[in-house]
Amino acid sequence: MPSVLVVGEAAAGGLSGSTAELLSAAGKLAGDPVSVVVLSDGSTSDGAQTAAATALEHGVARVLVLQNAALQGGGAGGFDAPVAALRQLIEARRPDVVLFGRTDFGYNVAPRVAFRLGVPVAQDCIDLAYDAGTGSVVATRPVYGGNALAVLRFKAARPQIVIVRPAAFEPHVVSAGPSKGEIETIGIEIPADAIRARLVETVKEARQGVRLEEAEVVVAGGRGLGGPEPFKRLHELAGVLGGAVGASRAACDAGWIDHAHQIGLTGKSISPKLYITVGISGASQHMAGCSGARAIVAINRDPDANIFREASFGVVGEWQKVLPAFIEAVRELGRG
Amino acid sequence: MVCVKQVPDPDAPASTFRVDETARRVVPPAGIPPVVNGFDLHATEAALRIKDARAGDAEITVLSVGHAFVIEVIKKPLSMGADSLVLIEDPAAASLDATATVAVLTAAIRKAGPFDLVLCGRQASDWDNAHVPLGLAESLGVPCVTLARRIDAPKDGGRIRVERSLSDGYQVVETPPPSVVTVSNELGEPRYPTLRGIMAATRKQPVRWGLADVGLTRDVLAPGLELERLFVPQRRLEAEIVKGEDEADAGRRLALRLREAKLI
Repeated sequence: MPSVLVVGEAAAGGLSGSTAELLSAAGKLAGDPVSVVVLSDGSTSDGAQTAAATALEHGVARVLVLQNAALQGGGAGGFDAPVAALRQLIEARRPDVVLFGRTDFGYNVAPRVAFRLGVPVAQDCIDLAYDAGTGSVVATRPVYGGNALAVLRFKAARPQIVIVRPAAFEPHVVSAGPSKGEIETIGIEIPADAIRARLVETVKEARQGVRLEEAEVVVAGGRGLGGPEPFKRLHELAGVLGGAVGASRAACDAGWIDHAHQIGLTGKSISPKLYITVGISGASQHMAGCSGARAIVAINRDPDANIFREASFGVVGEWQKVLPAFIEAVRELGRG
Repeated sequence: MVCVKQVPDPDAPASTFRVDETARRVVPPAGIPPVVNGFDLHATEAALRIKDARAGDAEITVLSVGHAFVIEVIKKPLSMGADSLVLIEDPAAASLDATATVAVLTAAIRKAGPFDLVLCGRQASDWDNAHVPLGLAESLGVPCVTLARRIDAPKDGGRIRVERSLSDGYQVVETPPPSVVTVSNELGEPRYPTLRGIMAATRKQPVRWGLADVGLTRDVLAPGLELERLFVPQRRLEAEIVKGEDEADAGRRLALRLREAKLI
């Protein structure tokens, strides 16, 4: 069995959703013992201890708390500190497999750690298997914007570093019963000259309503809407359904709606129960961001649009005519 | 320095997408030319904005590693206003992984001369790895800041200020030159080549190097991961198209159908 190290991220009240998904992915590799590493700046308020305790509740064998003041906030911004710290840890502990989530942290840190160690990394994986004969991880990932799937096999180099796509695995559920794992705190040296790029500030931009990534219903518009004005109708529909508003990259790039609403490979990944698209053609780059949607509904005037090949239900027509009647009917049904 | 990649057109209809499963590669669709990766044009635009902000006091060199370059395609950054183009070509470079690409780009950048900033698109639309810029920074021994939506690079050689996009806002990061910075679409649309730019690009010839010119042999091109399979997944069923007396009626019926299916 391979030894698996999950690179965990702390979140309010414990571990991030992405880390819980990584624990499921680690389970799939039959990884026993699974270790989780969490980064800590050494202060009591950084959430690392809570994250570590939560990891134990998930039944992991060992939690490594990697401590250095430079690891504040996961070293976000330039990421020089976590790259230096994780490289040292991995060289010292020599896990067979290291799992990162495709978060801002994983996207930035995993490839750099891999290059620094001189090993390859598999990006954006949606399925993992373990070949006990060779000790190799076999990873499946979408490529060419989801038009194709690639199956990649690791060769002899260790560790095998894998970045896992969000929502590809169900989050691991906390196991019942007492945990037998241990927490080990490691003070790690990071030379001052290793930190070059520095975070000056983080600015959160105001957001209204339900978070896209957590919404059970998402209503999204694309190039076919023709301008910013029609998004008001989408907000109205989202309001009736208690959902969030999304958009294709084309609509965001055109300036009709803020990029924070962008769904797709380079935007947000969503996994709602119901995804209603209006004027979205369904380019594969967009579909990569909504592969987790349980049901897709499409309103588009082009009967040949790719979205109709991915959707469960559709209406072919001008949104100007279809959408108002649809919203009104949804409202009526809501009134019972 | 701006690194760009020639990729299959990601906006080509999905129906034209073919994979040769035996050779484990994508078959270029007939009649649809490749394009410069979209984010790499954003990187080119970022370089041009820096040059504009410094009243022309910057030299923009564009580099690309590959094979079978379509010259009028790969010259696009030149027609946008870049100063020179270096193509590193080898028949074995048609499908390189990130490790090999980084090895070739590192050697080419070192040969091309000193630099203050390497700009790359945030990721390429074929494999969407986003590994090359991060690996390149490691290989060159410089910092890497990703997902820029704005870059300020002062003339005096001081720290480069980058605004990087987050899903719920942005971060301001300062990094010393030389650095690698990746550019995201939040930067804004890349400029269209002007007629003058196109004319100027016609007169410029790319510098063409082979692997030997940058001091490498083909051993560096061996992939780190074995591509065991490449295939087109089965499509799901086609949508159930809801019809009505007119388009508004279809909208009403759609709502009823979703209720029946317990989706609303």
